[in-house]
Amino acid sequence: MKIVIINYGAGNIQSIKFAIQRLGYTAILSNSIDEIQAADKVIFPGVGEASSAMHKLQNSGLDAVIPTLKQPVLGICLGMQLMCNTTEEGHTKGLGIFNVDVLKFSDKVKVPQIGWNQIDKLKSELFTGISNEAYIYLVHSFYAPLCKETIATTNYEHAYSAALQSNNFYGTQFHPEKSSLVGEAILKNFLLL
Amino acid sequence: MLAKRIIPCLDIKDGRTVKGINFLDLRDAGDPVELAAIYSREGADELVFLDISATEQKRKTLADLVYRVAEKINIPFTVGGGIATVEDVDILLQNGADKVSINSSAVKNPQLINDLVAKFGSQCIVVAIDAKQIDGEWIVHLVGGKVPTTLRLFDWAKEVEERGAGEILFTSMNNDGTKNGFANTALAKLSEELNIPIIASGGAGTMQHFTDTFTKGKADAALAASVFHFKEIKIEDLKTHLKENKIPVRL
Repeated sequence: MKIVIINYGAGNIQSIKFAIQRLGYTAILSNSIDEIQAADKVIFPGVGEASSAMHKLQNSGLDAVIPTLKQPVLGICLGMQLMCNTTEEGHTKGLGIFNVDVLKFSDKVKVPQIGWNQIDKLKSELFTGISNEAYIYLVHSFYAPLCKETIATTNYEHAYSAALQSNNFYGTQFHPEKSSLVGEAILKNFLLL
Repeated sequence: MLAKRIIPCLDIKDGRTVKGINFLDLRDAGDPVELAAIYSREGADELVFLDISATEQKRKTLADLVYRVAEKINIPFTVGGGIATVEDVDILLQNGADKVSINSSAVKNPQLINDLVAKFGSQCIVVAIDAKQIDGEWIVHLVGGKVPTTLRLFDWAKEVEERGAGEILFTSMNNDGTKNGFANTALAKLSEELNIPIIASGGAGTMQHFTDTFTKGKADAALAASVFHFKEIKIEDLKTHLKENKIPVRL
């Protein structure tokens, strides 16, 4: 299986590569459009600030390529947020794969949310074998509200989308690569799609 | 519900784990990667590696260690100790660190916080603050608590938040190494005045101390070294204790 982690200069991608290695697979880091299109599975990571990450995608032409991919694609954290219509962070236009606008948590709660929270109302093959209320690791200040494409919810200030799915596109707000055994099982489910 | 975090801290010197009692009198206790894997299996929510070595090879040794830890463990970890530049942080993140923690370098050059946040995002920038209560006033200290500054804890913490740090790791020098409990009054005040997560550090001796720092101290996470290191408290037992005391934890 050919697994490509899109390497566009946004954040810590070693961790995802290592997590896939621990599952017994090999992933390559690449920003080559040909390699990404030829992959069996594509992982779209992202850490940092939305508008600068979006600029990096645009500079490499990946903003036009990602929405046309046909194989399973998994956006993680900022990657998932950039797959939405827009994000409030830096007033950034996203890839429009998920039909939802990303918003900022209010100051009623501590921002960023950092730590382990629970996923609930799971509905996707991504969560095969995972029980509701399982703990996953999150670090974020912006969130995707609940929408038609929500496949898992988390509560912080209010319920929001912990994961999204539209056809072959998946996104998790949490970091499966840092979510211990639960995260590894979710990553494995993705690789087995 | 967001869980309260338990964070073992591993002090690192020349690639090995050590723990100082009141930051002096170091004792050796093992290989950091092995210890990290054990803590991770026992239910630690996060790990902190604090590098206290001061050699010329320090940067490379630490980057190698970070890489080996990232390869092996599946929970987040923070690296701190002597980090002074954007380049230092870049190397550690590239090697697989999730967050970095800065301390003295932020006091000497507060703009560093803004620069790091602009380049890497708030989520991976932890500012560690060591403070000592002197005549009722909490004063920020440097060099492991040896050198006092003119900064007051609450003013500095507010500035750190305004400059964009994602988290504060507060160590009370009065409590550190005493095993008499965390500085809960100061911690609660930090939590009330600030809107970013606060990690409590310094003073853990019993499981009740952890309960107290999450309730009275309103901390979001609690860090300790020797109680975990020398197996005085097992993380699984601690989490069971916390759950019985109605504190949300990942079990």
